[in-house]
Amino acid sequence: MSHVTSAVRTPLVTGGKTYADVTEDISRQVEGKPTREWTIAFTIAVVVLIYGAACVFWTWWEGLGVWGLNKTVGWAWDITNFVWWVGIGHAGTLISAILLLFRQKWRTAVNRAAEAMTIFAVICAASFILMHMGRPWLALWALPLPNTFGSLWVNFKSPLVWDVFAISTYFTVSLVFWYMGLLPDLATIRDRARSKVSRYIYGAFSLGWNGSAKTWARYEYISLILAGLSTPLVLSVHTIVSFDFATSVIPGWHTTIFPPYFVAGAIFSGFAMVQNLVLIIRVVFKLEDYITVEHIESMNKVITLTGSIVGVAYLTEFFIAWYSGVEFESYAFINRATGPYWWAYAAMMTCNVISPQLFWSRAIRRSVVWTFTLSVIVNIGMWFERFVIIVTSLHRDYLPSSWAMFHPTLFDISDYIFSFGLFFTLFLLFSKFLPVVNMAEVKTVIKSSSEKLPASVSGVAKGERVTSPTFNKNID
Amino acid sequence: MSDVHSNSKFLVGIYDDDDVVLQAVKDVRKAGVKIHEVYSPFPIHGLDVALGHPRTKLGIAAFLFGLTGTLTAISLTFYTEGYDWPMIVGGKDSYSPIIYIPIFFELTVLFSALGMVATFLLSNGLGPTVKPLMYDLRTTDNKFAMTIDMSKNDIGEGDIESILKRSGAAEVNIKQF
Repeated sequence: MSHVTSAVRTPLVTGGKTYADVTEDISRQVEGKPTREWTIAFTIAVVVLIYGAACVFWTWWEGLGVWGLNKTVGWAWDITNFVWWVGIGHAGTLISAILLLFRQKWRTAVNRAAEAMTIFAVICAASFILMHMGRPWLALWALPLPNTFGSLWVNFKSPLVWDVFAISTYFTVSLVFWYMGLLPDLATIRDRARSKVSRYIYGAFSLGWNGSAKTWARYEYISLILAGLSTPLVLSVHTIVSFDFATSVIPGWHTTIFPPYFVAGAIFSGFAMVQNLVLIIRVVFKLEDYITVEHIESMNKVITLTGSIVGVAYLTEFFIAWYSGVEFESYAFINRATGPYWWAYAAMMTCNVISPQLFWSRAIRRSVVWTFTLSVIVNIGMWFERFVIIVTSLHRDYLPSSWAMFHPTLFDISDYIFSFGLFFTLFLLFSKFLPVVNMAEVKTVIKSSSEKLPASVSGVAKGERVTSPTFNKNID
Repeated sequence: MSDVHSNSKFLVGIYDDDDVVLQAVKDVRKAGVKIHEVYSPFPIHGLDVALGHPRTKLGIAAFLFGLTGTLTAISLTFYTEGYDWPMIVGGKDSYSPIIYIPIFFELTVLFSALGMVATFLLSNGLGPTVKPLMYDLRTTDNKFAMTIDMSKNDIGEGDIESILKRSGAAEVNIKQF
């Protein structure tokens, strides 16, 4: 089988890396002692997590009254944060599943970190479900179990129950997909391990992987099928999250474009979060040769596309609110843009619609500083989007005597901070103890997409492609 | 994992390149040597075909597990909402399959994915307590190993070694289990 390198394609792996270099560069941070930066970051994350956990505990102990909710706005930051985190959790599976089906090879360098991010983001999202249940020990009531009061079951017609199924399936399948991808790399680390303890631990988690041709063939096959299953799954998750709103009769929620609009927004914010994490990883772990400006640019293109879809959705909503002739609907949208929460609406419009359009400029798209800044802005904007949809639709009830405002309390804010502590604690643990780049997959693109250094720089063997195997073809 | 008997003697040809090992598999087989297996740090397309491994049936497993999931979802929703405690919510029929499509879909995907992965692990003999038979530790890094089970071959050791060398093997080692 021959690998053909296109002359016009820019390389995915720079620096003329060999297979051994890939192993060495990526295993290094797993095998070495934690760096000072990592230790500082981890300490901060854990402190934030402990503070947040204490606040979450108090929220449960005292009751949801510690939040700024009132009779009119009965659903605010808790569900905003939930939708925001679930949305962020869409990029990982999109990268690993949809881009696998589309044979986008650049995914190989970023899929591991993005999938890890997905799993941790879904965990954060789930923590808000548990939080806003108020009595988390009754969470199992959401499952279809025969209950003790008779044979009343969960209401399968409710999108909230669909959500239970969608989120738990998504979490499980993403975790399995991620773990399957980790097996070969865990085996690599097991076989390099010097200490008995790490050989034992990585050995157990690598499940006895030995890289035989038969295993690889089956592995490739299940990866493809998992990708095929995950592709509709990832689209279904935010579709179902959007049903939580769209199946209600609240003006501003009762909209048929919610599913595609939410999915686009989810991918948009997810990629922005991947950018933030990956830009830090590549500098801290010195992986600039693997996660190149090409990768960053590709992801920025996805951000521009999905950001534009979101922009079109905003405008469509507005148009339909007027065109439908439903006065409650029109009022809800005019109130969003010009009412007391106009600033949230303006923040959403600026961050989500205008800022990603800057990526039409090649220089901005390829700039690390711009990418990082705009990605943060996009995620701020996407948080405001959910806040605008949820709070502005609720705070003006049908009866003006019920109109109210929502003011977050310390516990609204602290419970949100908790999720950051949780997310970064998990992500930092991942980045220390597991290879952040999929070594086996990067090795598969080395020949076709690696930068060839001139022989004078690299020596003949390094990064060179073996064009004519040096053996006699007529063995007998 | 393949059938490895105790006291089996293996010749292990170590290759440096995936294209070389793929061609070598074809050549070594043509020379009449029975190859036990090839170990590589990453998947090599076409290697399983070159080795003559049968096509995997994991797709059938995935389908059957998925079907189980769909049927589970149908029975679950039908039993609870249509038979055991019918409820009319939002003016919808107590059992209208359309409204349960999200449940059908999610359980199909869940069963299919978990069932297929479990089948994959079982069929490859993978598990947390499994000690892999590594013919060469470098095959999870940058080397490719072709293993020849001597008990399954009639050709002499020296001849096989020279066939492996001629096919591009950088070194040929002996491994005994």
